Amino acid sequence: MDYLGDIQAFLPGVITALAGLIVIVIESLKKDSSATFWVTVLSLVAALFFSIQSLGTGLDTAFSGMLVHGGAVAFGNVIIVVATLFCVFISEDYLKGINHYYGETYALILFATTGMMCLAGSNDLITLFIGLETMSICLYVMAGLIKDEKSGAEAALKYFLLGAFSTGFLLYGMALIYGATGTTNISAIGAAASTDLLFLAGAALLLVGFLFKVSAVPFHMWTPDVYQGTPTTLTAYFATASKAATFVALIMVLSRALPVMEGLNWQMVFSVIAILTMVFGNIIALVQDNLKRMLAYSSIAHAGYALVGLAAGTPEGYSAVLFYMFAYTIMNIGAFGVIAYYERNKGMDFSEVQNLAGLGFKKPVMGIALSIFLFSLAGIPPLVGFAGKYYVFAAAINAEMVTLAVIGVLASAASVYYYLRVMVYLYFREEHKPVELFNPTLLYKGTIIILAILTLYYGIEPILPASGLMELLNSYGNLGAVTNVLIP
Amino acid sequence: MESATALLSLIIALPLAGFLINGIIGLFVESFRTKKQLIGIIANTAVFIPFVIAVYFFMNMNAGSEAVVFKLFTWIEAGSFSVDIAYRIDQLSIMMTLVVTGVGFLIHLYSMGYMADDEGYWKFFAYLNLFIFAMLNLVLGNNLLLLFLGWEGVGVCSYLLIGFWYTDMAKSDAAKKAFIYNRVGDFAFLIAMFMVFQTVGSLNFDAILGNLEAFSEEYIVAIGLLMFVGATGKSAQIPLFVWLPDAMAGPTPVSALIHAATMVTSGIYLISRMSPMYVLSPEVMLVVAVIGALTAIVAATIAITQNDIKSVLAYSTVSQLGYMFLALGAGGFTAAMFHVVTHAFFKACLFLGSGSVIHTMHHVEHELEHEGKDVHFDPQDMRNMGGLRKYMPSTYKTFLISTIAIAGIPPLAGFFSKDEVLAMAANAGAGEFGSYMYMALWGVGIITAFLTAFYMFRLTLTTFHGEFKLGKRFKEAIGAEKYLHESPATMTIPLWTLAGAATVGGFLGVPNFIVETFTHEEAHVNLLHNWLHHVTADVELTLSHAVEWGLMATSIVIAVLGVVVAFRMYNNNQQQESDAAIAKRFGGLYDLWKDKYNLDEVYEGLIVRPIVRVSDKVLAVFDMKVVDGFVNATAGTVKLFGSLFRYVQTGVVSSYALAFVIGVIVILYLMVM
Repeated sequence: MDYLGDIQAFLPGVITALAGLIVIVIESLKKDSSATFWVTVLSLVAALFFSIQSLGTGLDTAFSGMLVHGGAVAFGNVIIVVATLFCVFISEDYLKGINHYYGETYALILFATTGMMCLAGSNDLITLFIGLETMSICLYVMAGLIKDEKSGAEAALKYFLLGAFSTGFLLYGMALIYGATGTTNISAIGAAASTDLLFLAGAALLLVGFLFKVSAVPFHMWTPDVYQGTPTTLTAYFATASKAATFVALIMVLSRALPVMEGLNWQMVFSVIAILTMVFGNIIALVQDNLKRMLAYSSIAHAGYALVGLAAGTPEGYSAVLFYMFAYTIMNIGAFGVIAYYERNKGMDFSEVQNLAGLGFKKPVMGIALSIFLFSLAGIPPLVGFAGKYYVFAAAINAEMVTLAVIGVLASAASVYYYLRVMVYLYFREEHKPVELFNPTLLYKGTIIILAILTLYYGIEPILPASGLMELLNSYGNLGAVTNVLIP
Repeated sequence: MESATALLSLIIALPLAGFLINGIIGLFVESFRTKKQLIGIIANTAVFIPFVIAVYFFMNMNAGSEAVVFKLFTWIEAGSFSVDIAYRIDQLSIMMTLVVTGVGFLIHLYSMGYMADDEGYWKFFAYLNLFIFAMLNLVLGNNLLLLFLGWEGVGVCSYLLIGFWYTDMAKSDAAKKAFIYNRVGDFAFLIAMFMVFQTVGSLNFDAILGNLEAFSEEYIVAIGLLMFVGATGKSAQIPLFVWLPDAMAGPTPVSALIHAATMVTSGIYLISRMSPMYVLSPEVMLVVAVIGALTAIVAATIAITQNDIKSVLAYSTVSQLGYMFLALGAGGFTAAMFHVVTHAFFKACLFLGSGSVIHTMHHVEHELEHEGKDVHFDPQDMRNMGGLRKYMPSTYKTFLISTIAIAGIPPLAGFFSKDEVLAMAANAGAGEFGSYMYMALWGVGIITAFLTAFYMFRLTLTTFHGEFKLGKRFKEAIGAEKYLHESPATMTIPLWTLAGAATVGGFLGVPNFIVETFTHEEAHVNLLHNWLHHVTADVELTLSHAVEWGLMATSIVIAVLGVVVAFRMYNNNQQQESDAAIAKRFGGLYDLWKDKYNLDEVYEGLIVRPIVRVSDKVLAVFDMKVVDGFVNATAGTVKLFGSLFRYVQTGVVSSYALAFVIGVIVILYLMVM
């Protein structure tokens, strides 16, 4: 077997895994040294380099058919690594600021990232499970980083309990599918799929596991508490990278293992879940005063928009979801980053929206950046959030799901209210009492500025990723894809 | 062609550059903010040069010129879907560009005087430039998406400028209200856009209007109605018009530019642009006309009861916009655009004139305070004014000219455009195009014409004639008229320019029949009609000359009647008695007008409150009780490992598990359904 070739195919994941080990060694030699940070950054830059290089290659298998690489998976890896890199940049300063700086955090992030890439690139239910659990266990630990506060411990415990619960469903689903088809290979499952109850039940349980991870309604209940209790910059990581990885895996499973057959209606399933998720997420976000909770519900809603693309079930829809994840990653890390910055200032609880009154003009860069991110999240052109929404809704309309798109547009129109509300406080209200805002470090500020520029840039020029993606997704190579649209 | 592309890019780029320069330098360099002269010059230049270029383009065109499309670059490309940043110059868009940049420049100039003492001077001009940029994208864009970008952009600018004095709660609420009502319309527009794209696979105007046969009948109706809903939001028509009067909370130049002359007419522009599609569906046209006529009369009746000068002008704007939609619905797209242009002239002039009055009333209040007298009054309330013509001759004369113009007295601008609107309505009622309904709408239009002349002269006479009434209302303010003064030249020059345009602007559209009657030959003296008939799909005017003369005579008589009645009731300080007399005559009806048909309350009760209630009471409680309640209940015990069992025993995890299981059942059910 060609191990070198396999390693090369999975190089970004290998790099992050090795870097994680190195970080542990450094950490045991010298506690909380800044070397861990730089090793992490370097390894991520290298991983990013190799992920970008594999963009545009066709889908192919590695490790005896256990993993796939190239195609949509390569794009997924880019999103994952970009998200990790930006989160690491802002976490360094933030974690020091709140006095919870531990070298192990970087090892956890790197292992979680490896898990995500394994999840996104899995071609077998076994690797899928390994990837998902590697990712999840690291995330459980990170959720409890602030263990001396009750909210942190609660977040971790709650996340762990419910996560274990959903894993139970996932694993049961896998077992049933294996029972029905006699294989764990994803393409082979697609070929052996049938509509007998065993297979259907297995597929449904498998989906529940995924839907839990992307916090779709009604499997979303952990989200607000976990997001609130986790250190803010790591919340950004939870909300973006893990979601992107899960969506990529979901697309790969849906498009290849779960064909549409007579008497089986995937579009309906995803339509209903998408509608529930968009409507519920947005309506509850309307009444949130705590910014992190607001963003948690908003992230539920955004998962709903992405599900619209899955409901369309066409290659166009899948590529729209991938682009949506990219867009969402950039703008959401930005939004969390700025909020993490405000939150660190002393004197008031700045994660309450009322306390942001009048701060917009104080640090203009942060204020403008937050406005850009929120406008983008609200889907106002010409920002990347608009482009992303446009693609998913257009995909739904082209798949003749006009009602779904209409509900989506309505829900996103409602979301303008709560995003705008933050800006109203930032700019249109007088401050309660004079507060001094500290100066963010150059790295922090630079990261935010770059994210803001990317938000603008990919809003005006969404051409490259989107048009390239269409072809990428159609390049299943010799692996064969089953389209998810009912073939008459 | 290349130099033309460069020039066109300048039209678009300069306002953006003005916004960026003033905005960015102002944001970061505090000393820059006080250099008001410089800021004003930058902002004015950024609008004036585009105006000159637009004039140049205009001079090089004739009525038969083909539309020229300038493609700058490809914006979005995905599979078969491609949208360009491309601008289109044709007879319709160049006309709107001239209005936007021309009137826009005058209002920029005026603002230099009006905003001179404001701290946010730099911000104000940056926003104004940004607005011009967005508006130009709206009128020049060659596809629906670019138009939509401008459409959203002007909405954002309008939001920023209404809430410009945001420290006042009412003003920032007004801004929010405007934005939200507009979003309702925008969403309809967005869906219409999707449907267009689904049918023809492109959003370019040429592709859409060249492929009209590809649309099914239902789609024509649906798209037409959805776009019209979009237009009712932006152009303040029933049922979405309630934001516009509140929007007058913004600085007066903003009211003149955005909420009278340009932004609010974008709905009319949109429908004119899509006119070949609209004429295919008489049902949609009738809806447009009915909504327009109803809005016209509803707003006019409210205007009679208002005492705030800007409020009267605001309802008057809504009412005039209603006229424009009436014209659109009757197939008179040229007539509607004609009224857009003349209305831009005289309504901008009226708003700027009211600004001049408010400016001086503020000054009076200020000086009284200086004297140590504690008098607080509303500087926009016309009951405090009167007799201002002595002190502000230029403002008075220009205001009067514009009032005559809007009242429809010949030969000023408003007479010709309003006459054409009404003639088109009657034409639709009599001709083969429409139904008898249009005759009723013509009647509504005539009544509104009477009301227009009446309430506008009520406003002018109460403000400028009679005696200065502040001293009567507040003892301490006796003798305050010595502080009244005319506004500076930067404010009066735009007033006179606009008044001039309001005087002669009507000759753009002299009806053909006037000449035809005398020469007995077919005449083409309606310049605007000649100019636009390539672009818009006007319905033929088939009325006989005698009928046209009759219609014209009717509207003159009605307008003069309105003026005479207003003179008898308001010329000599009898405003209060006369208002009381009207109130007595109309009883409950008058109260209804005064309460603005209770529309705000209806919306509040029917829509806002139930949503807040559901969100607040049901879902938030669910969230608080179920999710948060659980968190709080277990506080303190989490540090113990044993709490894990407590979790299980509190039943919360089982409730989550229940949700999971229900989810699985739902998914299974949906799959096999």
